[in-house]
Formats: sequence, C-alpha cells, structure tokens
Amino acid sequence: MEFWAFGGEGQIARELAVEFEQENPGVRVRVQQIPWSAAHEKLLTAYAGDNLPDVFQLGNTWIAEFTALRALEDMTAGFEAFGRSGDFFPATLDAAVIDGKLRAVPWYVDTRLLFYRRDLLAQVGYPEPPRSWDGWVEALRRLRESGRGAAAFLPVNEWQVPAILALQRGAGLLKDDGRYGDFLHPDCKAAFEFYLRLFRENLAPAASAGQIANFYLEFGRGAFAVSVTGPWSPGEFRRRLPGLPPRAWGTAPMPSFDDSYPGLSLAGGASLAIAAGSRRKDAAWKLVEFLTAPQQQLRLYRLTGDLPPGKTAWNDPALTEDGKAQAFRRQMERLTAPPKIPEWERIASRIAACAEKAVRGEQTATAALETLNREVDEILEKRRWLLEHGR
Amino acid sequence: MRRLLIYAVLLLTVAATLFPLVWTVSVSLMPVAEALSDSPKLWPDSATLEHYRDLFDRLELGRYALNSFLLAASITALSVLVNALAGYAFARLPFAGRDALFRLLLAAMVIPGQVAMLPLFLLLKQFGLINTYAGVIIPGLASIFGIFLVRQYAQSIPQSLLDAARLDGAGELRIFWSLILPLCRPILVTLAVLTFLGSWNDFLWPLIVLTDSRRYTLPVALANLMGEHAMDTELMMAGAVLTVSPAIVLFLAVQRYYIGGLMRGSVRG
Amino acid sequence: MKRCNPAFWFVAPALALILVFFVLPVAAALALSFTDFDLYALGDPARLRFIGFGNYRRLLADAEFWTALKNTLYFVIVGGPLSVLVSLAAALLVNHRLTPLKGLFRSLLFLPVVTTLVAVAVVWRYVYQPRYGMLNHLLEALGIDSIDWLGDPDWAMPAIILMAVWKNFGFNMIVFVAGLQSIPESLYEAAAIDGAGPRQQLLYITLPLLAPTFLFVGVVTLIGHFQLFAEPYVMTQGGPANSTLSIALLMYQQGFRWWNLGYASAIAFVLFSIVLAATVLQARLEK
Repeated sequence: MEFWAFGGEGQIARELAVEFEQENPGVRVRVQQIPWSAAHEKLLTAYAGDNLPDVFQLGNTWIAEFTALRALEDMTAGFEAFGRSGDFFPATLDAAVIDGKLRAVPWYVDTRLLFYRRDLLAQVGYPEPPRSWDGWVEALRRLRESGRGAAAFLPVNEWQVPAILALQRGAGLLKDDGRYGDFLHPDCKAAFEFYLRLFRENLAPAASAGQIANFYLEFGRGAFAVSVTGPWSPGEFRRRLPGLPPRAWGTAPMPSFDDSYPGLSLAGGASLAIAAGSRRKDAAWKLVEFLTAPQQQLRLYRLTGDLPPGKTAWNDPALTEDGKAQAFRRQMERLTAPPKIPEWERIASRIAACAEKAVRGEQTATAALETLNREVDEILEKRRWLLEHGR
Repeated sequence: MRRLLIYAVLLLTVAATLFPLVWTVSVSLMPVAEALSDSPKLWPDSATLEHYRDLFDRLELGRYALNSFLLAASITALSVLVNALAGYAFARLPFAGRDALFRLLLAAMVIPGQVAMLPLFLLLKQFGLINTYAGVIIPGLASIFGIFLVRQYAQSIPQSLLDAARLDGAGELRIFWSLILPLCRPILVTLAVLTFLGSWNDFLWPLIVLTDSRRYTLPVALANLMGEHAMDTELMMAGAVLTVSPAIVLFLAVQRYYIGGLMRGSVRG
Repeated sequence: MKRCNPAFWFVAPALALILVFFVLPVAAALALSFTDFDLYALGDPARLRFIGFGNYRRLLADAEFWTALKNTLYFVIVGGPLSVLVSLAAALLVNHRLTPLKGLFRSLLFLPVVTTLVAVAVVWRYVYQPRYGMLNHLLEALGIDSIDWLGDPDWAMPAIILMAVWKNFGFNMIVFVAGLQSIPESLYEAAAIDGAGPRQQLLYITLPLLAPTFLFVGVVTLIGHFQLFAEPYVMTQGGPANSTLSIALLMYQQGFRWWNLGYASAIAFVLFSIVLAATVLQARLEK
C-alpha cells in the first residue's frame, strides 16, 4: 500500500507505519515523503497521471479541489464505523465535509498565531504580548526604535497573514457562494492597508521566506522578535536552538482588530484521504483508522508539534501542561475556515502575489486589490459556468 | 610583460569560474550552521563528513545515484544507436525527399521543447508510461541535433570505402555496423558524452514523469531534499557535490573527445 | 519511400520517435490551445469547452503574461549579448598565442556547462545570500552596500543573468575557439608584416572572419535565451514579485502546477511565434 505524507509528517510517517505493520501483519505500507512546497503540485500530477497513492495526506484547503476532481473516496459511512466521531472537534470535521459528505478524516489541525521573543518584548515594556492591532503596532515600533534590526518577520510571499487580517475585519474574501471575488469590500481594503503599514513603517522587512537563510536561527539570534507561524515551529526552535531558553520566547493568540481577544485566525490542518481509484481500500481504511486514533494523534504531536483534532488527546498532560500549546488551544476557539471551493489554492497564490506587489510598492493598495479581484473573477469563470449548467 | 598580463587575466578568469564549485566542496565539509556565520569562511575550521554520511545513510542518496546512472546509461546507448542510424542515412544513403526532410527537421529545432511537453504527458498516460523509466527514456531518444552531428561527420567518409564494401557484397546493415560505426567513433563518443551528461543533469522531465520516490534521479531527489532542508546549507552543499562530481569526472576523463567533437560540429554548422 | 530501400530502415526508428513524441504532441498542443482544458476537464471530459481564440484573447489581457514577456526580453536583450561577449573574450583568451596549456584552460572554463543546474542553484543561492553570501562580502570589502540579490525585484534578474552567463558561456566559448582556429595563421603573419598591431588584427581580421560563427552563436543563444526557464525555476520560482517570471516558466506554472493545459498551450504557441519571428529577423539582420 502506498502512503504519501508531507514535510515534517512525512519524516515521521515511516515510524508510524512500522508500528501499523506490526499490528496488521500482511500489510506493507510504502511511505513517500514529499516537501510541503511541492505537495500540491505533486498530488495534481499524480492525479493527472492516474498515479495517486492509496492513502495520502491532504491540506484541508485542497479537499474541495480533489473532490471536484472525483479523486476522493466518500468516507462518511466508514468514518462513522470508527465510532469516534464524537471525539473530534466539530469545526475540524466540518473542514473535510464537502456537499454533505465527509471526504477525508482530520489528522491534525493547525493555525497560525503570534510567536515572539519574550525577553526582547519585555525590554521595550511589553512583558505580555500585545492583544490588539494598535498594541501590536506600538510594540513593533518600540522594538524598531530599540535598534536591534527588524521588529517582525512576515514572509511577503504567503497569503495567510493578509487573509487572517481581512477575515478579522469581517471580510468574506469571496461572495455569491464563491462565484466572485470580494476583495474590494471596504473591510478587506482596511485590513490590507493595515497589513501594508507594517512594511511601510519598516516594522517588518519586505522579504520572502526564502530570503532569510534560516528562519529559526535568525529568530534565535534576535534578528526579529515577532512572527506569525504555526505549530510546527516550537519543535524546530527546540531542536535547532538548544541554547535559547524556553522562557526567552512564547506563543500567543493573534492580536485582535477589536476588543474581542483572541483575534480570529485561520483554521488549517491536514486530513487523510483515500483515493477513489485505490485497489487496496480495506488496508487503506485500517491505516486511516490507526493514524487518527487518539494515541497516534498524541504521538504526532510529540514528534512534530502537530495539534490533535480530537478532545481525548487534548486532555493529555503532554498538552495541558505545555504553555506553548495552550496558546494554540485558546486560538482554536477563534478560528474561521477559508472558502471551501476547488479553486482556493489558485486564489490563495494570487492573494500572495498581489499582496507582495503592494508590499514592495509596485502597486498601490487599491490597484493591487483591483487586480486581485479581477484575476479571481477570471479564475472562477469556469466554476460559474459549471454551477449554471449543473455539471 | 604582455605574457604576465595574460597569465594574470587567465588565472583570474579560471578562479572566478571555479570558485563556486570549489566553495561548494568547502562548505559541504563545515559542521552545522558554520556556513551561516557573520564572518565569511572560505574553509571549515575543522572539516567533517557528517553531511555525506547523513545523505547516504538516512537520505538514501546512493539509490538515486544508481537510478540516475542506469537511466543515463540506457538513454545514451539507445539514443546513440538511433541517431547514428538516421544520421548516417541522411548523409550517405539516398532516398526520395531526403534533403527536404532533413531541412524540415532542422527547421523544427526552432520549436521550443516545452510546447510538446503538456500533451506528451497525456500521451504517455495513454501508453501507461507515467511513473516508469520507459516514460523518461523513450520520448527523448531521437535527437535532431544528434542526427545533425552524425550526418556532418559521416559526410566526410570517403565514398571509395563504401563502394569497396558494397563490391564485396556486404549488406547495408553490415556496412553500417562494421565500417561506419568504427569510422564515426570520435563523433559517437562526443554524442554519447553529450547525451549522458544531458540525461544525468536533466531535471524537469523525470520530475514530472516519475511519481514514486524510489525511482527518483539524483537531481529530482536533490530538489526534493531542498524543499525539506533548504535551511541546512551545509547538507545541501554536500548533496550538490555528490550530484555534480560524477558529471565533472566523466567530462574530465573524456574532455579531449568531447570538446574536439563539439568544435568539429560547430565549425561545419 | 520505396519498399526495398534500406535507407528506410535506418531513418524509421528516429523518424517514428520524432513523429510520435514530438510532432504529434505539438499538433495536440495547438488543438488544446483552442479549448479550456483544465483540471475539471481532466476529471470529466463533459466539462471541456471549445473556446476558439479565447485563450489567446485572455493572454493579451493577462498582466502576468506581459510581465513575463518583459522579463524574457530583458533576459534576451541584456543576457544574450553579455553571454556572447563573455564567451568571445574567454575564447580569445584561451586561444591567445601566449596562453600556455590551452587544452587545460579550455576544459576548466567549460566545467560549469557540465554541472547539474539544480545542484549549482544550491551554491548560487548561497553566494547571493544577502547576509552570509560571498558576493556581498566581496562588495563590502570594496566599500559597496550589500545587495539583496534574489530578494530585490530590481536585482533578481541581473542575478539570474550572472548565473546563466557563468553556467553557459563555456559552450559558446568552444564554438568561438573553433572559429578562431579556422582562421589561417598566414593572414596574421601578413598583417604583422604590414605593421598591424594586435588591436588592428582583432578588428580587421579576427572579427570579420568570425562572422559566420557569430551568426551561429547568435541564433543559438537567442533561441536558448527566449526559452529561459530552468534558472528562475530553481533559483526564484519567478519571484520576487514576478520579477524573474519568464514566458516558459509561466507556461510551466499554468500547465504543470495548475493543469490549465489549454491556456498553457496558448502560451507555448505565443512563445514559439516570438522565437520564430526573432530568429528570422536576426538571420536577416546579420546577412
């Protein structure tokens, strides 16, 4: 049986598979590890070449896309048979439901929130991380004035932060059931202006993730004090920066646009799907059941930092006593999912591209959003046609 | 004085050209994170082979090197044969419309290979060749440039040799095998090295065709590694050294043939 | 072709391969470019539409396409001549009568050509690294402010050009050396007797007699440069802010990243037309 997993999960998937093989004699699992940056492309190529593996990890925002391709097994009934549906947080299950059918089983959840250098923020008068957008900007200004380099690092080629800010302001990103872009909405514009301010005021460098040699190392060196990243980072910090004391840095929920704290963030994560064309579905189901059981969720958390999608695992001391994980727990109360439409990955890449242009000053905020909206409407043209003709 | 100037410029040019390659080796021997220090380091304080060990033990680079080698070797053997056959025929075996056909082939070289790539994928899917070595090998076997090189060379073979062989009653295939191939050896070596290096270094097509990571070639595996370990500069450098050095060794071993063949081919072109 | 002509069996394998794996796909690409073949259509052929010149019209209105065209022209117009000049200079150098060990130096300068692009990209990304890279250390030593080579939209293309020149100049250098060696030594001797210095010899003998080589190198370089793809693919993925996005890279992204095969095919044919037009134009000009 073929099983594909990405990035950090891919590295430990082999380990998990060995244990599965011991429990299920006669089943051999071949694990293939693919970097996250290539995962989407690789899955589509495999689909186009009729070469999808039996079981594969699937970013939650891609589930709608692969459903439209008719590439995924309907997992509604099979998942009920696990008898664990009550254990999963409803929001995490909802992310994998398309048109009323469960298309994948949540493996882990993730979201992005604030990572900060506690020591450096304290030095400029912020023993606690900022809770509002205004406080955020103020803290970053003081950091900048303290003259230790950049205050924050927000990779300009990622779509998540501008999207989170827009969602916080109440923007919907798309309208008419995902038929058209809604990026010219005043709320979206206001959030985008705020995002650009962080760069215009030199609070964050206009740099992409590839431009700094080693994100973790630079964070450890204090080249920047604040970033927005996900649950895979604490493990990397511990592993790569043995000299950085745990007290020196922390995690906190996103600052909020209004008084409600924590501020909204994006519901993310990945699920496990079974290829509709798989010829080894029995074994595939067993593997999915094994990997999504509470003790394996915990194991995944210990090995990679990936957050469990189920309640049982979250009640384990490994998580309840980890302050850095608890910030994620609090953030999980305030999540919203990006639109569940097949075109989302393409739209997300347009958001990143247009935001980058504006950050680098090649386009004004308004012009960038107009371009974005036009491009998104064009991407959605086929979707409108399909909806209209019922295909 | 002029001699000194020439020497200086020569040394400078060679140093600038080779610096990135030499530096790769040097960085690949540095311990973790030494490459990312504020003062530039030309050489590691204490050299380590840990990254190479890591690549072979944990990341299975040996397997990918073997894949690359077997693929490149089979492509080279088959492709030299196919192109030698055609190149010789275009040079010495008359048939109707030969020269017009050859001109057409040359004109087709203007078409960027990428144009054919997308439908080619769908075609290979129909043939069931996706995720197989055959899917990597077959589409590139016939090379217009290769045919051109052989044709140029074969034109210089004296007609008297061919006539003599035919008088002796040798069949065309036999003439090709025991007369033409040996006579064309220099250009065939050039073509073989060119093809071998081309497929050893090829990245895009194997990346698209091969889904299964156990079939990856070295460059594809390296790109995969880069997605995971882009931040581990020293490890990536070691991977680069392992990928590049076989190509360099091969080139240095046969450089005389190779460059000589290229020069001959280009003068007549 | 006559049934018994043995030549048929000699050319058949190559021609069959070219027909099936090149001519046929090119024809198919032309057909695809008039459809909206995409992921939806891949999943279910009923979701395919024939849209005539729709892709081409959309292309003309696509800001990304114009950016890609502009970047490609930048690479062709700046990178092309630069690459040819460096090759020529290197050829004159290794072929100079005072140069010792000509064969050795020729081979050493040729080395970058045989390296694997994916691998040297690793090195060059490090060379260009703004803080730890050797290039900025070098500039700093000369008192020049450091440059964010691959991160600054204004510098990314020059960085790509520099790397491409390094990787490729050896090939044209060999072609030039071949051209230089075909110039009869007697011409130089005669010129020396007439009192022509090295400069005059270069201007009035070497360069004019290299004209056919220039044409060959020029056309090959032009075609190659219009197809710019691999360097930005491994170095920048077209960024930052699309400043190194080339037409071929755009085509690849639309095709193999998003599987918009119809649109990607249209891009491919536009690229083909541009290359064809430029080649014809250049061949005319140089004659």
